[in-house]
Amino acid sequence: MKVTIVDYNSGNISSVINSFEEVAKNKVNIEVTSDLVKIKSSDKLVLPGQGSFKSCVDALNKIDGLKETLNEFVINNKKPLLGICVGLQMFADVGYEETETNGLGWISGKVSKIDNQNGKFKLPHIGWNQINIVKESKIFKEIKNNSHMYFVHSYEIIPNDKSVIAATTDYCSNIVCSVEKENIFGTQFHPEKSDKIGLKIIDNFMNL
Amino acid sequence: MLKNRIIPCLDVKNGRVVKGINFVDLKDAGDPVEQAKIYSDGGADEICFLDITASNENRETIYNVVKRTSKKCFVPLTVGGGVRSVEDINKLLNCGADKVSINTAAVTNSKVVLESAKKFGSQCIVVAIDAKKNGDKWEVFTHGGRNNSGIDALEYAKKMEENGAGELLVTSMDRDGTQIGYDVDLMSKIASKVNIPLIASGGVGNLDHLVDGIKLGNASAVLAASIFHYGKYSVKDAKEYLDSKGIPVRI
Repeated sequence: MKVTIVDYNSGNISSVINSFEEVAKNKVNIEVTSDLVKIKSSDKLVLPGQGSFKSCVDALNKIDGLKETLNEFVINNKKPLLGICVGLQMFADVGYEETETNGLGWISGKVSKIDNQNGKFKLPHIGWNQINIVKESKIFKEIKNNSHMYFVHSYEIIPNDKSVIAATTDYCSNIVCSVEKENIFGTQFHPEKSDKIGLKIIDNFMNL
Repeated sequence: MLKNRIIPCLDVKNGRVVKGINFVDLKDAGDPVEQAKIYSDGGADEICFLDITASNENRETIYNVVKRTSKKCFVPLTVGGGVRSVEDINKLLNCGADKVSINTAAVTNSKVVLESAKKFGSQCIVVAIDAKKNGDKWEVFTHGGRNNSGIDALEYAKKMEENGAGELLVTSMDRDGTQIGYDVDLMSKIASKVNIPLIASGGVGNLDHLVDGIKLGNASAVLAASIFHYGKYSVKDAKEYLDSKGIPVRI
């Protein structure tokens, strides 16, 4: 099996690579590339993302044919993809960080700034928070409800269809922190930085 | 609910831990990677390395340490000390650091914070503020506490937030090394001035000081070095104590 971490200059992806390699333990082939041919021939994709929604979308669009290749992989071929942080946010139709920017449109909805109730809550939402699993998701196999995950973000995805929501977390309000829609998986938190329990989520994704 | 974080900090010099714990089962007590692994296995919410390597020739050693640690520790890793430029930050992130803390360079060249936050995102930019009380205000010191910039710490904190810092690591120089507790007055004043998380540092001698840092200092996270290094308390002890005082922690 080949799992590819899509390297599209979306910021620091060393931790994502390290955690996938740790879980793969040489049994699974981990590639890190933006090569379209290699992406197409992968069994699973990981879409990381750091920085702003706009900077990630811009970086993705800069690589000729990448968006189309991802669409084909996810929408036509229905192969599994895991989006992490802004990688998940880009699933939405539109994001409002910096300026209004179109996303990949795989999950209808938008990405807006967390309403921190006029400064009552600090932003970014940084640190360990518990997840409330609201539907059975394949990546949460053997993950206990209320497990702690590591978060760093100021924006949240708001899907129109609530049935895609796999987990929420409590910060200011119930923030969507994981989605699952058929072959599309996403976490707002960082499984690669969430200790053993985060590695278990990565393991679950690799074993899909 | 978001938990308050406990962050053990390791001083690293020429690639070796200074003031480390002497764990019995450690193969190499001076290896930062092994120490970091013990902390993360013990429940540390983040690990912080402070590189205190003095000579430029040995500065490369920290990159190797970060590289090896990030392959073994799967909690966030913050690295600071001697970070001068956007290129230094880039190198540390590429080696596997999750956040980089900037101290002197943030004072001497305000563009470093601005540009790095823009380039890498605020989530990985921590501005470290060394502050010392002077009359009824606090002043920012640079170069490991040797130079007084004369800048007001509260105004500086606000400016760093505006420049794109994702977090502030505030050390009271009056308290650092004293083990008499954080300067909670300084912490709470900065915490109320900014809207980004504050990590309190400098002066921890016992577990009540951690409680004070959070309850009185309004810190989102507490950083400590010596109480953990000398084996006085484990991270687990600290978390259980905070929990018993009603402070939300990850257990």
